[in-house]
Amino acid sequence: MADPMRIRATEQPDGVDVRVLMSHEMETGQRRDSAGKIVPAHYISNVTVSHNGKQVLSAEWGPAVAKNPYLQFKFKGGKKGDKLTVTWVDNKGDTRTDEATIG
Amino acid sequence: MTQSRREFVKLTGVFAVMASAGLISTKEAFAQQQAWNKAAFEAKSLDETVKALGGPAATQSADISITAPDIAENGAVVPVAVTSKIPNTQNVYILVEKNPNSLAAGFAIPAGTDANVSTRIKMGQTSNVHAVVKADNKFYVATKEVKVTLGGCGG
Repeated sequence: MADPMRIRATEQPDGVDVRVLMSHEMETGQRRDSAGKIVPAHYISNVTVSHNGKQVLSAEWGPAVAKNPYLQFKFKGGKKGDKLTVTWVDNKGDTRTDEATIG
Repeated sequence: MTQSRREFVKLTGVFAVMASAGLISTKEAFAQQQAWNKAAFEAKSLDETVKALGGPAATQSADISITAPDIAENGAVVPVAVTSKIPNTQNVYILVEKNPNSLAAGFAIPAGTDANVSTRIKMGQTSNVHAVVKADNKFYVATKEVKVTLGGCGG
């Protein structure tokens, strides 16, 4: 299981600002190791962010997203104290879900 | 949400059966379950990607802005933000023209979420970065060149 995500969600006048930093290798499948073998691709393919059970963002990612991916967006309708859930799934089937409180 | 969850659960069951029967590998089952648009992620150019996403072609739009550095010192980490002022923006895609596969990331924007996302991508070399926006089932594109001094895909 991968390391926890760092999620920061803050209420602002024009919506809730969400910043997520995930911990993931994001191996492209293009790189070779010292023995000349291709390092198999390993990357996050799907990310979903939900607020009170309602999806506020979903993403499909390819291997071209940088290592330890960062994501920032804004949505309306959230308020201080609400729960925000972020889930990612990678191409090997690993998954991780973390929860944060909007501050 | 309830509907998609129901479908998801149903699909999970079906694929679990298929996978256990050895019909398809778990990895494939997983990919299909997640509705990851493989064709789009394997496309090699802007036009191919837009086709794989279900559009005829993308038209240039001044209502999309890409925030990215003019010169990225390290191609392994290039911050990119896309803002769309087009009403009813449904999806935002980030493409890198000269990467092995163009599509880097796609975002689905439900109502209530700003059509403004930032993330960090990898770039193999100096290339145009395209932001494709799907709004009212039409595709729009904006382009910005990012110069890369150190590639992020060779390693």
